[in-house]
Amino acid sequence: MTRFSKADALHLGILAMLVIAFFVLPTYHVGAVSRIMVLAVYAIGLNLLFGYTGLLSLGHAMFFAAGMYGFGLAIKFMAAPVLLAFVLALIAAAALSLVVGLLALRTAGVAFMIVTLMFAQTAYLVVLYFGEFTRGDEGFVLQQAERLLLGFDVTSETGRYFVAFSVFAICFLGFARLVQTPFGKRLIAIRENEERARMLGYDVGRYKLLALIVSGTISGCAGALYALLFGYVGATFASVQYSILPLLWVLLGGAGTTIGPLIGVMFMFYLIDASSAYTNSYMLIAGLVLVLLTMFAPKGIAGILRLRVMPWLP
Amino acid sequence: MNILETKGLTKVYGGVVANADVDFTLRRGQITALIGPNGAGKSTFVGMVSGRIPATRGQVFFEGRDISALPAHKRIQLGMAYTFQITSVFRGLSVYENVALAAGRTLSADPEALDRRITAVLERVGIKDRSRQIAGDLSYGHQRILEIAMGLAQDPELFILDEPTQGLAESEVADFINLIRTLAGETTILLIEHNMKVVMEAADYITVLDQGMLLAEGTPAEIHANAAVQAAYLGTAVDA
Amino acid sequence: MDFGPHLMLATLEGAVIAAILVLTAMGLSIVFGVMRVVNVAHGEFYMLGAVLAWFVTSFLGGHPAIGFVAAILIAPLLVGLIAAAADQLVLKHIDYDPDRTIVGTIGILFIIQQTTLMTFGPEARPVAAPFNQRLALPWFEFTDNGFEMFWPWGLSITSYKLFVIAAALTVLVALWLFLTRTRIGLIMRATQQDSETAQAFGVPVGLVYSCVFGLGAALAALGAVLVVPIQQAHYLMGADPLLLSFIVVIIGGLGSLPGTVIAAILIGMSDGIISVFFSPTLAKIIATFLVAMVLVFRPQGLLGRTST
Repeated sequence: MTRFSKADALHLGILAMLVIAFFVLPTYHVGAVSRIMVLAVYAIGLNLLFGYTGLLSLGHAMFFAAGMYGFGLAIKFMAAPVLLAFVLALIAAAALSLVVGLLALRTAGVAFMIVTLMFAQTAYLVVLYFGEFTRGDEGFVLQQAERLLLGFDVTSETGRYFVAFSVFAICFLGFARLVQTPFGKRLIAIRENEERARMLGYDVGRYKLLALIVSGTISGCAGALYALLFGYVGATFASVQYSILPLLWVLLGGAGTTIGPLIGVMFMFYLIDASSAYTNSYMLIAGLVLVLLTMFAPKGIAGILRLRVMPWLP
Repeated sequence: MNILETKGLTKVYGGVVANADVDFTLRRGQITALIGPNGAGKSTFVGMVSGRIPATRGQVFFEGRDISALPAHKRIQLGMAYTFQITSVFRGLSVYENVALAAGRTLSADPEALDRRITAVLERVGIKDRSRQIAGDLSYGHQRILEIAMGLAQDPELFILDEPTQGLAESEVADFINLIRTLAGETTILLIEHNMKVVMEAADYITVLDQGMLLAEGTPAEIHANAAVQAAYLGTAVDA
Repeated sequence: MDFGPHLMLATLEGAVIAAILVLTAMGLSIVFGVMRVVNVAHGEFYMLGAVLAWFVTSFLGGHPAIGFVAAILIAPLLVGLIAAAADQLVLKHIDYDPDRTIVGTIGILFIIQQTTLMTFGPEARPVAAPFNQRLALPWFEFTDNGFEMFWPWGLSITSYKLFVIAAALTVLVALWLFLTRTRIGLIMRATQQDSETAQAFGVPVGLVYSCVFGLGAALAALGAVLVVPIQQAHYLMGADPLLLSFIVVIIGGLGSLPGTVIAAILIGMSDGIISVFFSPTLAKIIATFLVAMVLVFRPQGLLGRTST
């Protein structure tokens, strides 16, 4: 069927462009795109839950932070090698997602949003409370020597770019595949009409829990990747702000689309970059964009594209 | 063996009794209509049978098995299908995808069989030419037909239809009666219906609920002649 | 200080916190009750009230009481108008969809907060209390000499803090009279019961919503004006009242006004008492987590009725 090949071509084309970008862009933008790809992984995580399953979590920073601290603390206190630390980070994020899911999924709608917000706030305060280990707001830095990935230096511009690219590519393609599987279709069914999905014999509660675990783990993966590539672990990444930002990216790029997260992060990044000449309070821009999107374009950029020019957009 | 049986099924909503000790049996392979005046508790009853509404007390047996403790999705997995009183389809998805979700629970491992099933069902209900259309864009009548298609796609042992002809035009109702008659023998149908024309033409057997209680049972002819049923519908007391 | 006097002091401090909280949480609760939306920007309206109070008092100068009286009149009014404008501009446009309202008010939160940062600056600024006598408090104890009254060192409260408690009570009574005895209050409650029917009976629901949203924000601002002589105005000060108001509204049962009052007193008092004896961070961790659990296991609130 042509529908699928078009979408595949689009995904592979985007990845190809990201590879080309490395060779043609000036250094500053290469660094920027590395960061964008890491954050886009985070946005993909939220998109699975919010965009595809219809569950709006306002507390995803706790999963990002679970990955980040799982990775950072494993290196700092256990002197774990990078790969092991990464696996531990994913386990930490998955475990937290499971516990949060079992509790928070007893609620729905507005209550779910507030419960996830409060769990994330609890997690943030826990990070601050154990400042002895986490260094609280100040955070801690991972030394270059601690960040060797199988002997490979990820602190160079090239190393960082291609590690970010590889993880992004895996998540991006894996995600695009996932939403085409029966599992993905059923998540969409739950988003569209939960009661109908249940009365077709689907165990809605189990699907939601699985979606939350996968979503939280991808977000945690982004957190660990951030710590690995940028060498910094801090409580800011657990704060409310980092729960709201991925929501903003996903909304801007287009919730429930495969390319939305990347587009959203990229747009927002360069919007803030461009506005930094006038103001350094980027959260003001974020707030304005959030309000305008909610009012005028709740489907986001990719959503509008799908509606107007590319109805086949996955 | 009866396909479905309830014993003492009761639902109390904050002191108001919606269903009181309903003992009900459903004959396999027939079309049974569940009728009764507004507020008789018909939807509550099938809600408790399908598991959407938790029963206050009482038991439900499906294929001889006590399913009272099972959640709705498990009951559906045992071979029930349920269509909602108020149209409930996946409005943002295409007709094809809607039916695919219904059939996909059992067939998703085999894409070819799945496609065959979907095509066959859409053909049978007569909306195959609309399979690419978004469900939310369909006319109301077509959405109701899509609901029925989603029920059929599950190949159910027991098909519960909650007021399927509500809001349909005359000609659509006639098509519906024809469709439902072709299903007789193939599956068991429990039909909640207001439209007496549909009931009399489609049903093999009728059960009447009134004020949450079982009032009468019988063939269409028997029910037609039943004084108590007449009274319930006309609102006059039956002479003692 | 002994445990007894210490506890009494903590209780008094708790009563002050509860007084402020009751006003702020009432604002959130009224908005939720009537409009069925969660206003995440509520804490920023509180912050705006505090900052405007600082602005008014420093602009007027002279005796602190003049500035304070002016602030208590002007700040809530201005904040109410800003909120009503936000309602007309944003919330009305998205038709009060619950999910989108949350996202929209998060945007409003950052806009207000960052605009304040850019104009007012990052400093914390004090506002002088209109009066601030220190009142020493007596303590009674059985000693060898029998029942004795003495004045433990440090056991005192200021006249201003007592005023805050009295002011909050007055506002609460006024609010209750407003909602139950006036026509506008009646219209608001009718809209809360059933907005569609209210609309059919000619109630201008759109206008009522703006008034309610403004009233809710004004209550938060009023609480903030009362608090600035005790706690300085700062652009990030909205986070804690938001969290505490959420807690109160959830414990009290979403949208139930009597529940909100009881819960505010409970939470305010215990917050005051806990933070005197424990680390404030730990207290917050426990409080936040417990409230999330209440929402998970008893969504109708601890004080709400169970629906069948």
